[in-house]
Formats: sequence, C-alpha cells, structure tokens
Amino acid sequence: MDVTKPDLSLGPLLFNWPAAEVRDFYCRIADEADVDVVYFGEAVCAKRRPFIAPHFEEIVTRLQTGEKRVILSSLQLAMDRKDMAAVADMVAMADDFLVEANDMAACSLLGGRSFAIGPTVNVYNEATLRFFEKEGAVRISLNAELPEASLRALATAATARLEVQVFGRIPLAISARCFHARAHRLAKSGCQYVCEQDRDGLTVNTLDDQSFLAINGLQTLSHRYLNLLGELPLLQDIGIGGFRLSPHTADMVKVADLYRARLNGRVSGEEANARLACLLPAASFANGFFHDAAGLADIPA
Amino acid sequence: MKKLELVCPAGTPAALRAAVDAGADAVYMGFRDETNARNFPGLNFSREELAEGLAYAHARGAMVFLAVNTYARAGDDAAWRTAIRSASELKVDALILADIGLLDYAREAYPDLRLHLSVQASASNAEAINFHARRFGVQRVVLPRVLTVADIARLNKEIEIETEVFAFGGMCPMAEGRCTLSSYVTGKSPNRNGVCSPASHVDYVDEGSSLASRLGGFTINRFGVGEQAGYPTLCKGRFSAGGEAGYLFEEPTSLDTSAILPELTAAGVTALKIEGRQRSKAYVKQVVSEFRRAIDAAAEGTRVSLDMKGLSEGQQNTTGAYAKKWM
Repeated sequence: MDVTKPDLSLGPLLFNWPAAEVRDFYCRIADEADVDVVYFGEAVCAKRRPFIAPHFEEIVTRLQTGEKRVILSSLQLAMDRKDMAAVADMVAMADDFLVEANDMAACSLLGGRSFAIGPTVNVYNEATLRFFEKEGAVRISLNAELPEASLRALATAATARLEVQVFGRIPLAISARCFHARAHRLAKSGCQYVCEQDRDGLTVNTLDDQSFLAINGLQTLSHRYLNLLGELPLLQDIGIGGFRLSPHTADMVKVADLYRARLNGRVSGEEANARLACLLPAASFANGFFHDAAGLADIPA
Repeated sequence: MKKLELVCPAGTPAALRAAVDAGADAVYMGFRDETNARNFPGLNFSREELAEGLAYAHARGAMVFLAVNTYARAGDDAAWRTAIRSASELKVDALILADIGLLDYAREAYPDLRLHLSVQASASNAEAINFHARRFGVQRVVLPRVLTVADIARLNKEIEIETEVFAFGGMCPMAEGRCTLSSYVTGKSPNRNGVCSPASHVDYVDEGSSLASRLGGFTINRFGVGEQAGYPTLCKGRFSAGGEAGYLFEEPTSLDTSAILPELTAAGVTALKIEGRQRSKAYVKQVVSEFRRAIDAAAEGTRVSLDMKGLSEGQQNTTGAYAKKWM
C-alpha cells in the first residue's frame, strides 16, 4: 500500500448481526468494496464473540484474498476476565496482523510492537500522540468529537497515520450496563441477545418523539449518520491519511464507491451528499463535531 | 479493621473549610478553568485560593488533591501545563490526572509529584492500571463506577497501587472519559471542556399541566404538577425505545455505599470519594459528617444508619454497580 496516498477503511462492525449475515457481508466487502483497510473484530460486547468465532478464519482469509489490509479490532471496555480474554485473543495475533487497541489494557499489551489505536483511546493532543508513537502506534483513529483545529494540530505533529470517521452513526458512549437488555426489561446476564433485533441500533426517541440516539447493547450512538463527504478535501489537506466508514445495513459497497469518488476528486461535495441521501433515504446526517459545534449539527461545508 | 480514607469535594473555599471541619481526610478541587471535569460557573479555585485552602487543610491534618482531569487541547495545552506546574509549586498532596500526555509530562517534569489516576481515565482492569503505575508512577487509581465489589476485590489482588472508589453522590452510567453524549447535543464536552449537560444549554418550559426540562432544545424529561423537576443531565432523562417512555439509561438515583463499608474495606479499598463539587457547603458538611461517623464505626466493626434525608438526587439511593443487579 502506498503510504503517501490516503486510504479508505471499513471500521469494525459495531452491531450484533446474525453470524451468517456477518459472513456474507464480509465476503461481499472482500469481493466488491473499494476499500483499502478492513477492521474486523468485536469491539462492543464480549458476549457476542462465540457466534463469529467459527467464521473468523474464513472471513479474514477472504478479505486478504480481496487485497484488503485486515486490522483486528479489540474490545472497547474490558472489566472482567471474559473481557480480558477477548482482548488477549486479539493481542495474540499481533505477529500476523496489526491489532487496534480500543482500551488502555490493549495499548499496554501491544506496546513495543507496531499497533493501531481506535477512537475510544483518548488521543486529544500532541503529547499523547508522541507517547503512543513511541510505544509503536502506526495508525491512530481519532475520537469523532475532535474539531478541525485539533485534527490540524495533531496531523502536523504526527508520524503515525491519522484516521477520522467520515461515515456512519457516531459511537458516543460505552457502559458496563446493557441498555438493549434494560429496554427489554432483561438483565445483562440473561440478555437473550436482543441487540440482534436492531441491525443499525435501536432508536431512542425523546418524549416529543424526536429521533435522538441509537443504542447497541453497551454502546450508545448518534441517531444521525456522520457524513464528512463535503469536508474530505479539507481533511486531506490537513494531513489526515485514513478515512473510516462505519458499517451499516446501507449498501456499503456503494457508500465506499461514493467516498472513493469524492476522495479522488471525481464528484463535488454537493453531488456526493445528494447521492448519499439517495443511498440512505431514511437517514439524517451530521457533521457538527468537525466544525466545533454540537455533534448533531448539519453545517454546510 | 483498617480505616478507609475519606476524600471530599471542595467546589469552593467555603466547601473546603466545611469538609475539613467535618472530618475529611482529604479534599479535592480544580482550578477555575477547563482543566478540570467540573468546570461550572461559580465553582473552583484560583491559585491564591488554593494556597489558602492548602494552609487551612494542612493546619488541620487534612490533605489536598488537585484534579487536572480533562484532556489537554491539541496546539494549545498551556492551561494544563500551568495547572500542573502550580500543583508542584504549591505542593499539593496529590495531582489527579487522566490524559496520557499530561501524565507523561508530569512524570518527566515534576518527578516528586504524587499522581493519582482520575476516573476520567477509565482504567477498569488490572492491565490498564498497572500500565499507568509502571509508566507514570501513579500511586492511586480512582476506579470507574462500573465494577462490583467482587471485581474490586479481585482487582486489588492484581495491582500494586491504592484504589479509591466513589461512595456517595451522582452516578455516571457510562464509562467516564469515554462519553461524548453531552458534546453531541451541546458542543460542550466532559473531556475537552470539563462540562456535562451544561446549564448554559438547559431550559425549563412551562407547558401548563407539565414542565419540560430541555438540553440543547431536546426534551430530556417532563414532570407533572407536584413532581420534583430534576436537572436534565442527558443520560438521566426519560426517553422511549420501542416501548413506553422511561429512564432508558439510568434512574435519577444517587450512589450510597454507607451500608457496605466493611465489604469495601475487605475488598482492599484505600479511600472513599464523595462526589459533589457542585454541591452547597451545607450539603458537604452533612455528607462528610455522616460518612466520618460511618467510617469510624466500620473501623470498630459496627454499622450505623446515616441521616442523609433530603440530600440525594431524586431522593433514592442505590449501591449501583457495587451490587451486580445494577447491570
């Protein structure tokens, strides 16, 4: 891969899709999606891992055959032995793959060799950036709440490749509690995997019936889809080198094609936005964080 | 039985004196800027006030911990470095940090400063805690409010530094330091600005038969006549997800561990933290006095029932994550 060229990545699937659907999804991504990097691995809930395990090798091999660089994503919040076992399983593959640390435990275990850092490890300033670069971080996916000025300052200082999420619902919070189970009046320990019912998350409405947030097990996301199609040229100018698409039930092959076209300057921001709206007719979009506003704001680029 | 250390909030110099007089072993506070996670109008300390507070506390045998626990801004971290320098010059008893870059800086520049790891660092497992201890010499970790007593006992066997746990006050249902709900709705973030669901973005709308509390224009809760209207902290609002509306994330309850102090001691906990730098002097005085009594009793092997009437958010108390059923 040409390190001077920006790359398009597919972030880890955050939702609990049935295993067969996950397998089919990644096979299609491997064969058809114009992305350079695919993150793969359960980042939200350790309880979901057993379902994907039987397909793990097949999916990874298929992605590599499709000339995708595979980065293994680890868990965002590790509390008990089961969680730590999940983190350790990913770290154990660090000789063969770049592993994305999403918690300080993974940063600790991966330090001293090349690794990636995900958006739930807070890299907000140059001193933190330098620390992790010395530890071996070569690719850092930044928290979506960072505004343009922060991205600019970090990119100026960085030797690692910096990545920014440019598509998909924004992960806003992670908890020890399962809000999906709670919404169904179930305990986390007996959750019946109800999160599987909501392929893009369960919509949270305000008392005025405004769509507000989306819950995904232990995770809370924005209801709006982050869309930085308009800002892509500026992000490249700033020095951001990786652009992350977060997987949804929308046609991700077409979404990737659209972002690629925009990255290559083949489509205007206005036209790209119009096309994205056609691909996701029910979605509303947001780009406020980049513009140092409320994250849910949709500001003309 | 070993005596738990009582760490108390000091939002103002008056609250500091109240906490020290009521029997706090330590008080914690922040500077009046975005370097700490309770950057609210009318709260916190100037450098001079901190110096006076230190003198007051030290004269009465109490310690002072300074929280510099937000994440420094890229391209502009002077305020954070200045706060750390002041902590060293004023000789606070401990500096509470969360940001890796600041921990690295403090360790290098002021190796004599005692460092505590803020709850905002979200270090929820032995590997993460030991990493901070090894690399930055952190001597105490404030544990995230997501661990059970059994988790804490196990953790204390696997780490070599002290643990401090939240004992009373408001609860975050989310992993602290990893929540951007507030900035999604208001543009103001706990990590960047030291605020959550800020008052500047709150309004209460009288709808005749009900009162709506809003944050950033979104209705977070609605109260009937005679119902006590709570503050619209985003994650403590009423929402609906498929079914009927309710407290989807967290009930508006307060944490209260006074009934399980012997269990926390047995789990190897060193210190108890009272939440509430935004609370009044009277609140601080009452909670600290009551916890002083409870800790002293627990050290003698007895349990006491506390007088906390009227103090808790929503008038309900919970042991939160410390009892597994919270999950």
